[in-house]
Amino acid sequence: MHNIFFATVRRDLKIAYRNSSDLLNPLAFFFIVVTLFPLGISPSPQVLSGLAPGVLWVAALLATLLSVDGLFKSDYEDGSLEQILISPQPLFMVVLGKVVGHWLVTGFPLTLLTPVLAVMLFLPVDGIIALELTLLIGTPILSLIGAIGAGLTVGLKRGGLLISVLILPLYVPVLILGTLAVQAGVDGQSFAGHLLWMGSLLVMGLGLAPLATAAGLRISASS
Amino acid sequence: MGRVWSLFHKFASPKWFYEISGKLLPWFVAMTGLVLCTGVVWGLAYAPPDYQQGNAFRIMYIHVPASILAESSYMMMALAGAVGLIWKIKLADLALKTAAPLGASLTFLSIATGAIWGKPIWGTWWVWDARLTSMLVLLFLFVGVIALRSAMENKEAAGKACAILALVGLVNIPIIKMSVEWWFTLHQPSSFKLTEKPAMPPEMWIPLLIMVVGYYSAFATAWMMRIRVEILEQENRTQWVRDRVRTA
Repeated sequence: MHNIFFATVRRDLKIAYRNSSDLLNPLAFFFIVVTLFPLGISPSPQVLSGLAPGVLWVAALLATLLSVDGLFKSDYEDGSLEQILISPQPLFMVVLGKVVGHWLVTGFPLTLLTPVLAVMLFLPVDGIIALELTLLIGTPILSLIGAIGAGLTVGLKRGGLLISVLILPLYVPVLILGTLAVQAGVDGQSFAGHLLWMGSLLVMGLGLAPLATAAGLRISASS
Repeated sequence: MGRVWSLFHKFASPKWFYEISGKLLPWFVAMTGLVLCTGVVWGLAYAPPDYQQGNAFRIMYIHVPASILAESSYMMMALAGAVGLIWKIKLADLALKTAAPLGASLTFLSIATGAIWGKPIWGTWWVWDARLTSMLVLLFLFVGVIALRSAMENKEAAGKACAILALVGLVNIPIIKMSVEWWFTLHQPSSFKLTEKPAMPPEMWIPLLIMVVGYYSAFATAWMMRIRVEILEQENRTQWVRDRVRTA
């Protein structure tokens, strides 16, 4: 049971590293979206540091969302998804492995890249610490919820826009908790409460989201 | 227990539901008309004006029941989805399918009447208040279910997929509400005390209660009508539907 989890993670990481656009595109997207805001709104440090928490979180949200669309796509198209479904291995662990793999190639590098962008948006150091911690806990939640949408829409030809409509409303709590924590960090207040809430969402997501994703995959594969 | 189950499955068969709902429908229509008329006339014409808001408060009789029903219709939809997934009942899928547009319209009605109410009282059509925002997210959740249904060609798969999505939404609604409320209390000063319900005298809340009952009854009626149409469409190859269409 653990083997299948690690085997799935290893497989997905291997595929991602051989296909380096999978690895770079979400990061490039993230960078470009964040760049658009100073261009579109104002280059002034006061304005940007106020906007930074929201801008960075929304960009991280969109980057995860756009990359999660392809989570099961290639497996579905080349038939390996069916093999996974009929194999005796628990689908829950496979899904969890795929989500963790997805996080390792999008959410995690994105978290590492964020301080650079945060400095460019003039976010104070306290805010950057809060941002990093919330992204570290929050991006796995985004991957977990996104996987539900990916599982439900994998059989559809035009899933991209649909998955945004299905999933973005569910991202609201993560976005709110994340930006509130950063704001609290900037104001010099404690943001431990936000982190704890986010942690509980992560635990809940780890337990429930793969179940829904697995059910969605079975439906998509059967139709 | 066995008897209960067989009754349950009997009621869940489309044909039986069609027959029973056909008999019940006139009663529901009559009740809806009666209750809604009573509530509207009492609320809009006879209830005393508010001491602060004057007559503007009367939109409450349209707005509050719509808000209540919008949320509970999502719950009913998700429950129908759960029943369909667990017991594999076709009727539950039809119930889910038909509840989604009804719930979305009610949510829209709630937001629209809220905006119209907000203009004279708050001086603005929209504020990023916790309730308004979570209503908006609820509308998005309904739109998601409708969009997923229309994107999937295989009807059976679409039913199950929508049921799962509705259940995921149901789990998330309390979390969304909590986070939005938290966001609002930390971001904005509580300048809109009027969103809190005042202690109303009975002449005001009795018509409101009647309106809530009327809305529920109207929802049930519309839901039933839509399910009946869906049954006819889905079962159009069966003998009983052909017989019925021929005699009608």
